[in-house]
Amino acid sequence: MANSDAIVGWKTITFGCHILEPGNAANFRTGDWRSQRPVVDKEKCIKCGMCWVFCPDMAYNQDEDGYFVVDLEYCKGCGICAHECPKDAITMVPEEG
Amino acid sequence: MSKRVGIEVSIAIAEAVGLARAEVIPAYPITPQTHIVEHLSEMVANGELDAEFVPVESEHAAMSCCCGSIAAGARTFTSTSSQGLALMSEILYIPSTMRLPIVMVVANRAMSAPISIWNDHQDVMVQRDTGWIQTFAENGQEAVDLTLHAFRVAEDRNVSLPMMVNIDGFTLSHVIEPIELPDQEEVDKFLPPFKPRYKLDPRRPITMGPVGIPEVYTEAKVAHDMAMKKAKRYILKAWDEFAEIFGRKYNPVESYRTEDAEILLVTMGSISETAMTAVDAMRDAGQKVGLLRIRLWRPFPGQEFRKAVGKAKVLAVVDRCLPPGALCGPVGAELRSLFYKIPGSPKIFSFVAGLGGRDVTVERFEEIVDKARAFAKKRPRELYEVIGVREK
Repeated sequence: MANSDAIVGWKTITFGCHILEPGNAANFRTGDWRSQRPVVDKEKCIKCGMCWVFCPDMAYNQDEDGYFVVDLEYCKGCGICAHECPKDAITMVPEEG
Repeated sequence: MSKRVGIEVSIAIAEAVGLARAEVIPAYPITPQTHIVEHLSEMVANGELDAEFVPVESEHAAMSCCCGSIAAGARTFTSTSSQGLALMSEILYIPSTMRLPIVMVVANRAMSAPISIWNDHQDVMVQRDTGWIQTFAENGQEAVDLTLHAFRVAEDRNVSLPMMVNIDGFTLSHVIEPIELPDQEEVDKFLPPFKPRYKLDPRRPITMGPVGIPEVYTEAKVAHDMAMKKAKRYILKAWDEFAEIFGRKYNPVESYRTEDAEILLVTMGSISETAMTAVDAMRDAGQKVGLLRIRLWRPFPGQEFRKAVGKAKVLAVVDRCLPPGALCGPVGAELRSLFYKIPGSPKIFSFVAGLGGRDVTVERFEEIVDKARAFAKKRPRELYEVIGVREK
């Protein structure tokens, strides 16, 4: 379910506004109000996973090569990963527009 | 068979809640509601009622606890009054839009300041727009009957809304009246076990009470409003079923000697009994006066009220609530809105009386009718009048 699916009429909205599908938050894009995003410099990255550990939204995933890559659908740009990275490999870059 | 007993109305209400087999009762004591929950706690402690009595630390906690227990699928009851109802206010909006059918008896009492433990309707009128179904009882029997009715209506899957039964503090809560207490078999026939449409159950997880982003909030509120409007049909149906089993018939608007009446008093709650005595006296004196009593306040029974007014030319509306700075009391405002620009509609005059436990006597009702008659000839300067107030 994308965010647009939440736009329902009063006749079709769930009873009592309940969420009847458990864990469906995973289906929602939640990173669209971010003001800055993390950019990882793979030259500096040692694949330690501190960004993955500290990310409060579990937005980091490990790729096939072992690098940790942020999923911008969920990243809210808080910058904790950049702050915690022991190699300063992550830079917060302002989102354009 | 039901038995007719002399009993304090609060105790009778507690007995009715027991007959309704309430399962969870979170409550905090406050005058004049105390005897209701005190008796329920005794019934639970004595093993007469198989329920959880939760002695919470405040009314805010009481209503929060009610939300939890009803969401888990337990038949839930609480009761409060005045400042306690105000402390619940933040939570009251939550079970209503979430469609959680809590039943609450409110022993109506004035709001401080000045501190008053006595009866009027200011406490409940503040909570008018919380989205609860609201009824008003006139006497002890009705308080018992409306309590049973509230469980039946609130928990009806077509309704699924919380319901508030209003009884006048002291005037009803603390008097001993002859009341017919139904027996368990009859109540079980009227009130099937609570089967909610949804409940919190780890085996079938759902989320209740999520955030409503701007894209869905309006739709959630309109769905609630529509559920309230639709509820009226089931409120009436439950009253019909109640009449079949218990032999007492209720309706949204009660009419008393309204045939050929030119002036109708409009009241809510226990002062209606005095109003009927006043109507009898005025009828004896040859005046064409009648009485309408609003039993169902939310959802407002506009259609039934208009029908009950018939051809009467003047309505004298008595509010037991004085909202400072408003155009008139809430019942007066509702009725002015109901009849606005409808051809042939009656002239509506708004009165405020009976604040903070002040008696509204037969003479006061006669005064109200006299004033309404005079106002119909010569438009009053003010939009409402406070009855019996001293200037000096």
